[in-house]
Amino acid sequence: MRLAQHMAVASPHVRADCVEAGEFPDLARKYRVMAVPKVVINDRVQFEGALPEREFLRKVLEAVESDGQAPA
Amino acid sequence: MSVMPILTASDQAAVRKEFEKIGGPVKLVVFSQELVAGDLCRQNEQLVREVSELSDKISVEVLNPVIDRERAEAYGVEEVPAIAVEGARDYGIRFFGIPAGYEFTNLIDAIIVASTGEPALTAETRTALEELPEPVHIQVFSTPT
Repeated sequence: MRLAQHMAVASPHVRADCVEAGEFPDLARKYRVMAVPKVVINDRVQFEGALPEREFLRKVLEAVESDGQAPA
Repeated sequence: MSVMPILTASDQAAVRKEFEKIGGPVKLVVFSQELVAGDLCRQNEQLVREVSELSDKISVEVLNPVIDRERAEAYGVEEVPAIAVEGARDYGIRFFGIPAGYEFTNLIDAIIVASTGEPALTAETRTALEELPEPVHIQVFSTPT
């Protein structure tokens, strides 16, 4: 969550939600949360476990690039 | 009848130490709805108030998503308990569920970064984020332990 919230401060385009999985079982089911931390970006890119900043950023950019049409 | 504090004396001391890094004012907007999750919302609100008492830079506002529907919608909050951490502007930091255990550390970190508006990120990351072509919604699922 730390990286996500710092990214939210860095950009008005980023929103960072920390969700306590046990208190929101419907959301946890929807996103198939089996292990934590689990990160879901724009409902498109998902990963489990903590990533270093550069890898995390790559996932964020991947989520944006995979919106709409696939890259040529 | 008095309510048992959530934070121990040593928790308070540790948070006060962290709060030496606080810059500008921070507002913690708490979303509570007694009928949906009374116990959890009360605990969440109590935790936020205990944290806010550890710095005179932190203010607290409590909203009910049903009664204060328009404002809750503007914050993008439909679920309770929830917290929005605002600094000079609303940076889009939200906590859903009580930020206990490991998440408590993140709440304290969120308060500090919102207070300064200075994220601890590399220049490369900041530039990439500034150039984002569309909104990014990051959801981080966790458990208290």
